[in-house]
Amino acid sequence: MYVAVKGGERAIDNAHDWLADERRGPRDIAELSIAQIRHQLALAVNRVMAEGSLYDPDLAALAIKQARGDLIEAIFLIRAYRTTLPRIGHSHPVDTGAMACDRRISATFKDLPGGQVLGPTFDYTHRLLDFKLLAEGPTAEAGNSGATQGMPAPAPMPRVSDFLNRDGLIQDEQPGPQTPPDMTRQPMEYPADRPLRLQALSRGDEGFVLGMAYSTQRGYGRNHPFVGELRIGSVAVEMDIPELGFAVEIGEITLTECETVNQFTGSKTEPAQFTRGYGLVFGQTERKAISMALVDRALRWEELGEDNMGAPAQDAEFVLSHADNIQATGFLEHIKLPHYVDFQSELELVRKLRAEASTPLSEAAE
Amino acid sequence: MTNAPTAETAPPNAERQAWMALLAKCPAQHLADLAAPLSATHPHSWLRPPEVGGVMVRGRAGGTGAAFNLGEMTVTRCSLQLGCGTVGHAYVQGRDKTHATHAALIDALMQTAHAATVRATVLAPLQAAAETARAQRASRAATTKVDFFTMVRGED
Repeated sequence: MYVAVKGGERAIDNAHDWLADERRGPRDIAELSIAQIRHQLALAVNRVMAEGSLYDPDLAALAIKQARGDLIEAIFLIRAYRTTLPRIGHSHPVDTGAMACDRRISATFKDLPGGQVLGPTFDYTHRLLDFKLLAEGPTAEAGNSGATQGMPAPAPMPRVSDFLNRDGLIQDEQPGPQTPPDMTRQPMEYPADRPLRLQALSRGDEGFVLGMAYSTQRGYGRNHPFVGELRIGSVAVEMDIPELGFAVEIGEITLTECETVNQFTGSKTEPAQFTRGYGLVFGQTERKAISMALVDRALRWEELGEDNMGAPAQDAEFVLSHADNIQATGFLEHIKLPHYVDFQSELELVRKLRAEASTPLSEAAE
Repeated sequence: MTNAPTAETAPPNAERQAWMALLAKCPAQHLADLAAPLSATHPHSWLRPPEVGGVMVRGRAGGTGAAFNLGEMTVTRCSLQLGCGTVGHAYVQGRDKTHATHAALIDALMQTAHAATVRATVLAPLQAAAETARAQRASRAATTKVDFFTMVRGED
């Protein structure tokens, strides 16, 4: 049992003042602006939005600044803020097929309609430190706008799974309930259906979801994934406006979507077919989206009639109840807070046990 | 509702949907610059002052299957009424109350006799800017289009 303590207000205030001072750092170094964080640490901002489960780049940048770059602390701040927002409504499901893609690649088809577009990627860099960035000086001119003149308008980019599906080579996606379950409104329940699992994975910790996905690649629930398609870009968000009686686009968000093409199911009555895993995450977050797709696929073992190999990534309750870094860090970090009364009782118990253990003979002799 | 009757056979509200979408997605500062003169000459009263809330964004499994809740986004909404009684609404991504106010004002004015002027002075420049930004990004992406060649694995 946890028993609260009180006191220490002055020390706590002083500690927080010091924290603010350390956050600011030496005054002869320019202070970071929210705009700088938003635009120059954009991938950190994206991670905070994805795992904070709130799309607002300015707030995510603010949280990163306030948290001194501790992203889990920043995600905590966003989650706390999120709970204060009245829920205005929900959007129509976004149409990722109509995404304005910055990046769109397929590892399964070389010449796919719409083409392979690399976008601003770390792929094919040499991972050598660029010391030019260390030298503070005039930065390169923005953009290569000259090179973009006269480029043809982008071709439509149909989904890879759509043209695979034309030949029936990949399983159809099944429609689900009109109103999907919402883990921010009802406590998690197991067994969790796929919409609930996708919600939990999309806001899950990137490191945890990556580790789980990696475990499937190493053999713990192997499902032979190919990245059928990875796309990053912006989609419009549309919602029904109750006072108008029709739907309106209320904004535009950047998403990363990954569809994996996995090994087959089939039976005596049905021919072999590829199966799917799916990842969809706020922002440019492709490691997370690919990880999510692998874990989604591993968790589908039951509906696809596969064996439960006892792999961690096949255990929905294990995966989903440990994927949330705010729940995890809340429970983990609380053990550093004062537990004096709690510990006192344990201390007394140990002393008593030891006392009993050292006196049995004398007691027996009486 | 004071929707101006139109002779068009396009789906009802299509025009209004288009301008509301444009107003929601445009940069707040650009809209402020264009709408400021109108805001001074067209006083309004609030039916619902700007309020910030969250909208749950949904996706679909596999892009086409069962809907699921992806995560929330911040949205600001408001409703206002012009002196003539016309009502304007705004639902705008983010937490910028000024952006929402301007969007609702333009929504209202677009339903009045000022529509043609507002379209020319506010919507057209916003539309042009949005198209330019989109085209620039798309052509930048197009410069990174790649053709992969599969190497032949020769044994002899």
